Amino acid sequence: MKSEFTLKLERCKGCGICVTFCPKQVLALDTLGKVYVAHHENCIACGQCELRCPDYAIFMDKIKPAKEAAS
Amino acid sequence: MSARLMQGNEAIAEGALVAGVRFFGGYPITPSTEIAESLAKMLPKVGGTFIQMEDEIASMGVVLGASLAGRKVLTASSGPGISLKQELIGYASAAEIPVVIVNVQRVGPSTGQPTAPSQGDVMQARWGTHGDHSIIVLSPWSVREAFEVTVRAVNYAERFRTPVILLTDEIVGHLRENVELPDKVKVYPRRAPKISRAEGYEPYTPDEDLVPNIANFGEGYHIHVTGLIHDETGFPSGSPKVTREAIKRMHEKISRAEDEIVDVHREFMDDAEVAVVSFGGTSRTAYEAVLNARKRGLKVGFIRLVTIFPFADKIIRELSKNLRGLLVADLNFGQIVNEVERVAECPVKLCAKYDMTIFEPEEIEKSIDELVAEVK
Amino acid sequence: MRSYEKFFRRNRLPHRWFPGCGNGIVMKAIVQAIEKNPAFTQDNTVIVSGIGCSSRASGYMDFDTLHTAHGRAIPFATGIKLARPELNVVVITGDGDCTAIGGNHFIHGCRRNVDLTVVLFNNNIYGMTGGQASPMTPLGKKATTAPYGSVDRPFDACKLAEAAGATYVARSTAFHVQHLVKTIEDGLSNRGFSFIEALVQCPTAYGRRNKMGDPAKMMAWMRDNAVMKTAWDKLPDDKKIGEKFPIGLFYRAQEQDYDAAYQQVIDIAGGAAK
Repeated sequence: MKSEFTLKLERCKGCGICVTFCPKQVLALDTLGKVYVAHHENCIACGQCELRCPDYAIFMDKIKPAKEAAS
Repeated sequence: MSARLMQGNEAIAEGALVAGVRFFGGYPITPSTEIAESLAKMLPKVGGTFIQMEDEIASMGVVLGASLAGRKVLTASSGPGISLKQELIGYASAAEIPVVIVNVQRVGPSTGQPTAPSQGDVMQARWGTHGDHSIIVLSPWSVREAFEVTVRAVNYAERFRTPVILLTDEIVGHLRENVELPDKVKVYPRRAPKISRAEGYEPYTPDEDLVPNIANFGEGYHIHVTGLIHDETGFPSGSPKVTREAIKRMHEKISRAEDEIVDVHREFMDDAEVAVVSFGGTSRTAYEAVLNARKRGLKVGFIRLVTIFPFADKIIRELSKNLRGLLVADLNFGQIVNEVERVAECPVKLCAKYDMTIFEPEEIEKSIDELVAEVK
Repeated sequence: MRSYEKFFRRNRLPHRWFPGCGNGIVMKAIVQAIEKNPAFTQDNTVIVSGIGCSSRASGYMDFDTLHTAHGRAIPFATGIKLARPELNVVVITGDGDCTAIGGNHFIHGCRRNVDLTVVLFNNNIYGMTGGQASPMTPLGKKATTAPYGSVDRPFDACKLAEAAGATYVARSTAFHVQHLVKTIEDGLSNRGFSFIEALVQCPTAYGRRNKMGDPAKMMAWMRDNAVMKTAWDKLPDDKKIGEKFPIGLFYRAQEQDYDAAYQQVIDIAGGAAK
């Protein structure tokens, strides 16, 4: 995974902005209209979702590739 | 300070300065303009700020902003200008921002008779802005008193965190008298928070006198100020209880100090059988009329309202118990008379004038004679 | 928690703007811009707003905040700035608040070049009262008070600000978030009257009535129609058609701000220190 998501669902109003602007269709709305990560494996960690979320409900952090020296 | 000849309006500017006013925002309008002109000269000399705004509403807004940032503030206007200021007088009331608004009354309604004297803004001073609100209204009758009452107005604004209307008129505003003014007066300092943010400071928590100690902007308290009904945190609340308590406290912080705020100048009341009630510039004529009537052997008293609101309910009621009649000299169609009638326990007669000229002593004297005849 | 979140009164979130409303995006852009300017702290910055949807923002932001009366934010802000010039004063307003009821204050704030940063959240409508036409509702667009389409010619608030004397004038949108942050950041660092128009989508009171689709579609419209100023200037007039509009920096000038000008008055008058 290239990214880690933090969702603050109490803030999510289900507007769908993050879902639409995700270039890889990673996100979707559940039956209650809240965002969830549907296809995490496709995430390219571009951050478009967090950038335009009007409700500060979705946060995306890039996962740095593990350094070889650590192994 | 040595004695010098000055106008009532200039004395207001002098009073403001000595009381600590360091910010004036205004808009030109006769007959109040000399207050702005005087302060435009005087304020920068003491490091204060004078700004001429684009309109009367902005003049109110700019002084309220400056007050929230810690300055003592004053604005002045007349007639149509005071009508425009009403919106933000209400804001000052709701958000509890100290401010003095000078109204140099002229003939209305609307543009009316610019520069001509009237006292037709009495009820506007009390109820001009919408909604239940409290207010203090003061009125001087001389140049010297214009100075003193301005100082008192600034101190009341600060102490009660309320708008105070200095309800003067063209008569006193443009009156010239030789006066000697003190360099120093008793000044009420800006109220300050008693506890820190960490200790749970809330800007609208009332002190023992029901007045909140609201922090100035820029002092690290991160307060929120709004014209919406708010609770003690300063944030809006949709609760009936909060609404009721907020409006009640706003009234009670002033009404509980009424005995101190209400100032009524009384003369010849010991033997008076009837008395004349008046305020401001009209009191000068009323006083002459009372003196003349007394020379003719009539037992007439003189009652002058220095504090118009809160109204002198108790004092007028008590005085009226020993009187056969009260005459109200209203330089309007009849406004103070309604307040007097509400509380007086004796007959009340109106002597009204609304023709853009001031009362002549003979006119009031004639009404005194009529009243005496009516109540005999 | 993101570092900019410290500028929010987090106990007051989530905010009460409707789903998909762009105001939250601009409010975040403002605090991100503030965060980038070391001269702005939570203790020396005052947020002043008027009345309307956008003006709710002040209550969510953890500074000294002032929610004034409708249209009056700029006079209040002027008073704060002149009383305490060391404070940074940011005004949040809307298209109705700023260009209708507050129009006079707006142009005179620009004229005086008071050191304020004014961010206008332009949603093209009176949102809080349910969708009435504002002076920035485009021609032909529908509103509850323009049921057959607006015939009132709209203001270009940026042109207005420039003509009236503002010394920093720029436009951005809720879609162009990074650009918006940079634009506000530059406005904050200008000593003088800075004006930033931020286009925001109002799906509920404006978009729905004008069949503009969901919030994301309205933002896609911004993406597709906004043209950077540099590119816009090179466009021939016959290409500046349809709903295309320019964004970016329109005007910037070094002029004496009002406080500096008044300080000269104090000096001439021989005034003591404040």
